[in-house]
Amino acid sequence: MHLDGNALAGPLGEIFAVDITAAVGRCANCGMKGPVATLRVYDAGPGLVARCPRCEEVVLRLVRGPQEAWLDLRGTVSLRIPLQ
Amino acid sequence: MIRWRRARLAAAREETPTARTLVFDVEDWPGHLAGQHVDVRLTAPDGYTAQRSYSLATPEGVELTVEGLPDGEVSPYLVGELAVGDEIELRGPVGGWFVWRPAPTPVLLVAGGSGIVPLMAMIRARRTAGSTAPFHLVYSVRTPADRYYGDELDRPDPGLSVTPLYTRVEPRRRIGKDDLPEPGPDVFVCGPTGFVEAVADLLLDRGHDPGRIRTERFGG
Repeated sequence: MHLDGNALAGPLGEIFAVDITAAVGRCANCGMKGPVATLRVYDAGPGLVARCPRCEEVVLRLVRGPQEAWLDLRGTVSLRIPLQ
Repeated sequence: MIRWRRARLAAAREETPTARTLVFDVEDWPGHLAGQHVDVRLTAPDGYTAQRSYSLATPEGVELTVEGLPDGEVSPYLVGELAVGDEIELRGPVGGWFVWRPAPTPVLLVAGGSGIVPLMAMIRARRTAGSTAPFHLVYSVRTPADRYYGDELDRPDPGLSVTPLYTRVEPRRRIGKDDLPEPGPDVFVCGPTGFVEAVADLLLDRGHDPGRIRTERFGG
């Protein structure tokens, strides 16, 4: 069963200075715009895979190793990030 | 950037026969918003680590309510073994979307099972802030004995109304369209993934604006 983008807050919070789950992303496949928190997140594998809630294409992948994180944003056209 | 912090268990209480509320002392806790969560990390003597997310149950301090899942990797330890004075690692607060900030707008909260936890933080934050925003909670849970924060929710709290729905007590009540009010309030839904998806569909059927519905799924 999938989770949602809220679950990315900790893993992405380790990398970015601001919260990315409140950012509005745009899907490279279908063009849907929505908060990262609303993505479908699958955590059964060795990393996290986030899919578009509309077209289910992969939007973001994150793998954390002992020394580095690998962030793949292939399915994201843009992120509009709120700055406080 | 968020870093791991040591958290020492300061107090614990049984919430239901299967769930426990844990109060942690965390040095330099920066404060948080109602609805935010933390990641908890346990490390075994052989270095194996397991990590789970838990919502903060209160608007101040670090308090979590954890449901012990029989086949869980982290929750059985937190519910059954962690003793006052023991330390774990914790990362947070995190999550900037599923949060309530004090405002006069009416709010609808819909909880499935332990999805009540971040919504309870919002109810408590409303009280702490002296907010008069009308809050309505629809709380779907198996039986009255499975309710978290039962005594607190039974106490009068002006402006807060609560509709419990018991799924394992006759008449077994699954949440339906008529349990949800008309569009108008900001909506927060939290629970197992299937529950959240069902409620989100009901809300859209009822005419709620998708832009005012915030959801958090914890799998299951």
